[in-house]
Amino acid sequence: MAGDSYETHEYDVVVVGAGGAGLRAGIEAHDKGCKTAIICKSLLGKAHTVMAEGGIAAAMGNVWPEDNWKVHFRDTMRGGKLLNNWRMAQIHAQQAPDRVLELEEWGALFDRTDEGLILQRDFGGHRYARLAHVGDRTGLEMIRTLQQRAVSLGIDVFMECNVQHLLMNDGRVSGAIGYWRESGELIVFNCKAVVLATGGSGKCWQVTSNSWEYSGDGMGMAMEVGADLIDMEKVQFHPTGMVWPPSVRGILVTEGVRGDGGTLLNSEGERFMFNYIPEFFKAETADNETEADAWYQDKKNNRRTPDLLPRDEVARAINSEVKAGRGTEHGGVYLDIANRRDADYIMRRLPSMYHQFKELADVDITKEAMEVGPTCHYIMGGVRVDADTSATAVPGLYAAGEVAGGLHGANRLGGNSLSDLLVFGRIAGESAADYALGAAAATAPAPAEVDRLTTLMLEPFTDRGGENPYAIHGDLQRTMHNLVGIIRTESEMLKAMEEIAVYKERAARVKVEGGRRFNPGWHLALDLKNLLAVAEAATLSALECKESRGGHTRDDYPDPDPRFGSVNVVTRKHNGTVSVSLEPLPEMPEELRKIVEEQV
Amino acid sequence: MAEAAVAGNGAEAKMRVWRGDASGGEFRDYTVPLEEGMVVLDVIHSIQAMHAGDLAVRWNCKAGKCGSCSAEVNGKPRLMCMTRMNTFEPGETITVAPIQTFPLVRDLVTDVSYNYEKAKTIPPFKPKPKEADGTRRMYQEDIDRVQEFHKCIECYLCQDVCHVIRDHNENKPSFAGPRFFVRVASLEMHPLDTDDRLEFLRNEAGLGFCNITKCCTEVCPEHIKITDNSIIPMKERVVTRFYDPIARLLGALGGKKS
Repeated sequence: MAGDSYETHEYDVVVVGAGGAGLRAGIEAHDKGCKTAIICKSLLGKAHTVMAEGGIAAAMGNVWPEDNWKVHFRDTMRGGKLLNNWRMAQIHAQQAPDRVLELEEWGALFDRTDEGLILQRDFGGHRYARLAHVGDRTGLEMIRTLQQRAVSLGIDVFMECNVQHLLMNDGRVSGAIGYWRESGELIVFNCKAVVLATGGSGKCWQVTSNSWEYSGDGMGMAMEVGADLIDMEKVQFHPTGMVWPPSVRGILVTEGVRGDGGTLLNSEGERFMFNYIPEFFKAETADNETEADAWYQDKKNNRRTPDLLPRDEVARAINSEVKAGRGTEHGGVYLDIANRRDADYIMRRLPSMYHQFKELADVDITKEAMEVGPTCHYIMGGVRVDADTSATAVPGLYAAGEVAGGLHGANRLGGNSLSDLLVFGRIAGESAADYALGAAAATAPAPAEVDRLTTLMLEPFTDRGGENPYAIHGDLQRTMHNLVGIIRTESEMLKAMEEIAVYKERAARVKVEGGRRFNPGWHLALDLKNLLAVAEAATLSALECKESRGGHTRDDYPDPDPRFGSVNVVTRKHNGTVSVSLEPLPEMPEELRKIVEEQV
Repeated sequence: MAEAAVAGNGAEAKMRVWRGDASGGEFRDYTVPLEEGMVVLDVIHSIQAMHAGDLAVRWNCKAGKCGSCSAEVNGKPRLMCMTRMNTFEPGETITVAPIQTFPLVRDLVTDVSYNYEKAKTIPPFKPKPKEADGTRRMYQEDIDRVQEFHKCIECYLCQDVCHVIRDHNENKPSFAGPRFFVRVASLEMHPLDTDDRLEFLRNEAGLGFCNITKCCTEVCPEHIKITDNSIIPMKERVVTRFYDPIARLLGALGGKKS
C-alpha cells in the first residue's frame, strides 16, 4: 500500500511492449543514441506478433512488377473505406518494402521466388500478391529476428514486467509505474519519452484470436493521461476462426488458406461469396467461379475471387449465411482447400494450419474442409497519433502498432498489421529519441502520486467484498460478444453500457487470493481497469456512430452515411468523464484522391 | 489412443497440480467440468477460475505458436495447449508439474532466465555484402534447412529434457543446450552469414557435452530434427576444424567456413 517500497530505473526512452512495434521502436531509439528500455508483460519473443501467420504486406513487386506503393496505398484506403488517415497510409505503403528488406539484413529468411528474391502471396483486398511470408508462421520469423537484433545490441529488456500507469510531470510524460509479475514487487521508470506498443484489446470479447495480453493497456493508460482515442467502434472480426471444438473456438485460421486457393462454402456446398460482392468492389471482383479460379494464375485478365474481399465483407457474409440456416453443424461455414490443392502444396504452404487442425480438432485439412466462423481479431481504432511522428496529444508520449489508430480506417487488410508494426515502430522510436535527446533530464515522480498509484495496484489484496476477477472478466466478454459484437443495435448497446457500469462497481470490490508472487488472479484484477475502459470507449463510440462501415455494422443503421465518412469518432477522458465527439479527418491531397478513386 | 473420455454430460477432469514455490509445496487435487476438445491448458484455466485464482501458469497463444505453456504432464514434457484431454484414459487423474530443469518460481512457472542469458552470448548474424544489383538472392532449396531451425518456438522443452543440465545443474555455466545449438546452426548454415562460431560452439557453448541421446528431438513440438540436422553437423564441423590434421593445415592457410 502507500509507502510500499519500489525500485527505480532511469532511461531516455521506455518502450512498453515487445511485439513487432515495440522491438522495432526500441531498436531505433537505441540506434539514435538513447538509453532505451523495452518492457514486456510476457517472456521476450512471446508477444502477440508471434501468432501472426500469413505475411507482411509490402509492395516490393517481386512477383508482380506492376505493384508499387501507390497500388498498396489505394488498396489500404479502399479496404479501410476511406476512413484511414491518408498520410499514415501513404507513409506505410512507401516504407514497408524497406522495413521488410531490413529484416533480411538482420537474418530473417522469407520464402523465395525462383529468382531467389522474397516470395509474395495473395491476401484479401490486395490487388497483387504482396505478402512477404514464411509459410504460415511469418510472425514468428519477424519477432525472432527483431528479438535477436535487440539482444545483440544490448538493449535492456524487462521481461514479465507489467506497466500499469503512466507518470506525468508538468503536462508531459515523465515515466511509468508497474510491477514484476514474478515477485509482485513494484517498479518505477523515470524517463523522457514513452512509446506505447502494447497491442490491442481483443480480450474484451469472448470469441477471440487474441491472448491474455490483449487487455487494452496502452489505450487505457493513454486515455488516463489525456490522449485521444479514435474509432474505437471499428473492431475487426476475422472471418475465419476455428469454431469446433468449443475449447478452440476463436483460434485464427490464416487468410493465407484463401490466398493459396481455399474457398468458402455453405452447408449446401455453394461458394456463397459470389452473393455478397458489394457495389464498392464490383469492378475489381470476379462474378463467376471460372474467372475467380483463373485469377490465381493470371491477374491481368481476371478479377479477384470474392473469397478474398476485405475481412469485414467476408465476416458479415459468413454471419448472414449462418443466420439464414446455411451454416455447418457447429455454426460456421466450410473453408475448403483439400479439394482445391494437392496435399504436398498444402503441407508446404500451410504447415502450422495442418498441425493446428490435426492436433486440436482431429481434422486433416489436406482431406477435409475446415469449419470456420468470425473471431474478434483486431481493433482498427486506438490512440490518435500524428502520422509523421507517431506522437500522441501528450508531450513525450508516442504510440505505434495496434494500440495506435488511424492507418487502417474502418477495416484493416490482412498483412498490413505486420508492416504497420515495422514502419510505425521505427517512426515512433525515432521521434521518441529525437524528443528525448532534446528534453530535460527525467524527473522523479512526486511521492504522493506514487503512493496513490501503489494503493490502486495493491487494493485487490484488501478485503473489499470478494468479487472474483475471472468471473467479472468472463461476464464482460459475454456482454461484448452478445451486445457489441459483429452486428450492433442501439437498444443492445445501451444495455451493454448498463452492464459495464455494474462490472465497474464489481471490479472495485475484487478480492484476490494468495500473495504477490506470480499471482495471475491479481494480474487479471488489475487488467480489468483497462479492459473495462476499452469496452466502455468502444460501446460509446459504437452508439455515436450511427451508420455501418467496415468493422462497425449497425442493424438499425445498415448503410454508410456520408456524415460519418469524413470524421473520426473521438473518445477522451476529462476530469474522470469519458466523452465522445466527431472530428474531421485530415483532408487528402488531390493527387492521392485520384489514385484512390481511379478505376482498375 | 485409448477410449477417449466422453466430454460434456457431466464429464469431469481430475487433475493433480503442483502448488508451491522454492521453499516447498505439494500436489493438490482439483476436479473441474470437462468440455469437448479441451486441452490441459483449458483445464488449468478452469481450475484458476473456479478453485485457485492464484494458480501460477504461463501461457499466451493457446495454439502451439508461442511456446509459453511448457510443463510435465504425467511426467512427459509437453505444451499444455497442445495436449488434448481425450488422449488420456477416462477417469484418469492427470498430473501436471512444472518443467524440472529450471528453478521453480511458483506452481507451474519456472525461472527460465538461463535461456535468455545463453541467447546473449551467441555471436549475431553477420551478412556478406549485397549482390551487385542491390538484392539478396537466396534460393529456396538453400534455405529449407535453416527455415526448419527458425520454426523453434523457444518452449525450452529440449533444454528441459537434456541430461547434461537436467541431471547436472553444475554444467549450466558451460553448456548452451540444444535450443542454442539449433540457433547457432541456423546462423552457421545461413547462406548470407560470414561469421564463424565453431570456436564458440566448442568452448563456451559446450557442444562436446552432448552425447546425442536425441531426447531433445523427441520432445520438440515443432518436430525440428535437433540432433540429426543441427547438433551432428555442428559436431562434424568442429571435429573437422579442430581435430582433423589436414583440415587444420588448410585452415591455417586461410580456409574458413565450409
